[in-house]
Order: sequence, then structure tokens, then C-alpha cells
Amino acid sequence: MSGMELVVETLSWVFILSGSFFSIVGAVGILRFPDFWSRLHAASISDSAGVILLLLGMAMQAGWTLITVKLFIILAFLFITGPTSTHAVANAALVSGLKPRSAVKSGTKGKSEDKTDDKADTA
Amino acid sequence: MFIVATIALFIAMILVLIRLFAGPTLYDRVMALNMFGTQTVLFIGLLGFLTGRPDFLDIALLYALINFVGTIAILKFFRYRAIGDVRRDITEADG
Repeated sequence: MSGMELVVETLSWVFILSGSFFSIVGAVGILRFPDFWSRLHAASISDSAGVILLLLGMAMQAGWTLITVKLFIILAFLFITGPTSTHAVANAALVSGLKPRSAVKSGTKGKSEDKTDDKADTA
Repeated sequence: MFIVATIALFIAMILVLIRLFAGPTLYDRVMALNMFGTQTVLFIGLLGFLTGRPDFLDIALLYALINFVGTIAILKFFRYRAIGDVRRDITEADG
């Protein structure tokens, strides 16, 4: 019994510490990456890995109580809404004509009749 | 252990907040706001464990709900310039 508790305790340490590591990595990425589309990748790191690891670590600390149930409800809800809102933001940016940096610089150089390039600045 | 995670999450929230204020486009700001809300949910949970009273998780769950609805509302407002019913002519013009 005590060995099992030690395993759970160590595992929850590992989960919480790596979850906070991934949160910081995602935040640094969202601050340092050059354009919007690459920043979405950094946001998804912190929205998936950070949330899963931190909430699982907290659930292991709480044991089998009502708190664990609430933590898993939060986890399930963030699982549904996180990708949905990321998709909504990306879709809105795409509709407004925001282009990735490399496509604006080199990819569409030859065929610059594409009107949507101009709208990226006004968005 | 919880103090380390709380400080790390606090630093991450400050970094995201910098991007929220400095974001060049609207979508950077909305993305940063969404991420800040998610981190706030985790922060409230960790703070409850840190003070030994993990009863704040109801507030965290409520914050997660409001954050999602708020993100969608902001995006809808900036696309259609209306939060309620969208006028048909605007919808059809936008395609």
C-alpha cells in the first residue's frame, strides 16, 4: 500500500512539474514566434500538454474524491472547447485574409494578382 | 510542489499577457486571451491546492465555460459587428 502511494506521489510530481514546463514553453513560444500561424502551434502546446499534465497531477494528489470528479469534468470540457476555439480563431483569421509569413514573402511573389494579400495589413 | 507549478504558471500568464497587449493583429490578441483564460483555470485550481482548500474548482469550471463563450462572442462580434441576430444582407455579402 505504501509503495503504491509512493508511486502515485512521484508520478503526480512528474506530471505537475512537466505540465508547468510545457505551459512556460508554450508561453515563450507565443511571445517569440514570428507570425500568427506559427504562434498557433505554441498555443496548442500549452493548451493540450500543459492542461492534461497539470490536471492529471492535481487529480492524483486529490485521490478518489469529489475533487477528482470536478477536475475530470474540467479536463473533458477543456478537451472540447480548446480545439474548437483554436479552430474558430484560425478560421476567422483565414477568412479575413491573413497569410502566413513565408507565403507573403516568397510564395505568392510571382502571382501577385491575389487581392487577399492586401487585406492582411488592414485586418 | 504546488508553489513551483503556481510560480511557473504565473510567469507563463505574464508572458501571454505581453503578447495580448503587443499583438499586431486582432487574432493574436484573441488567441492570447483564450490561452490566458485556460491558464487562469489551471491557476485557480493550483491556488486551491496550494492553500489546502481545493473547493475553488467550481469557480475554475465556471471560468472555463465563460472563457469559451467569450472567445466565440468576440470573434462573432468582430466578423459581423453584432453579437445577437446577424442581419441577412451582411451574412450573404460575407459569403
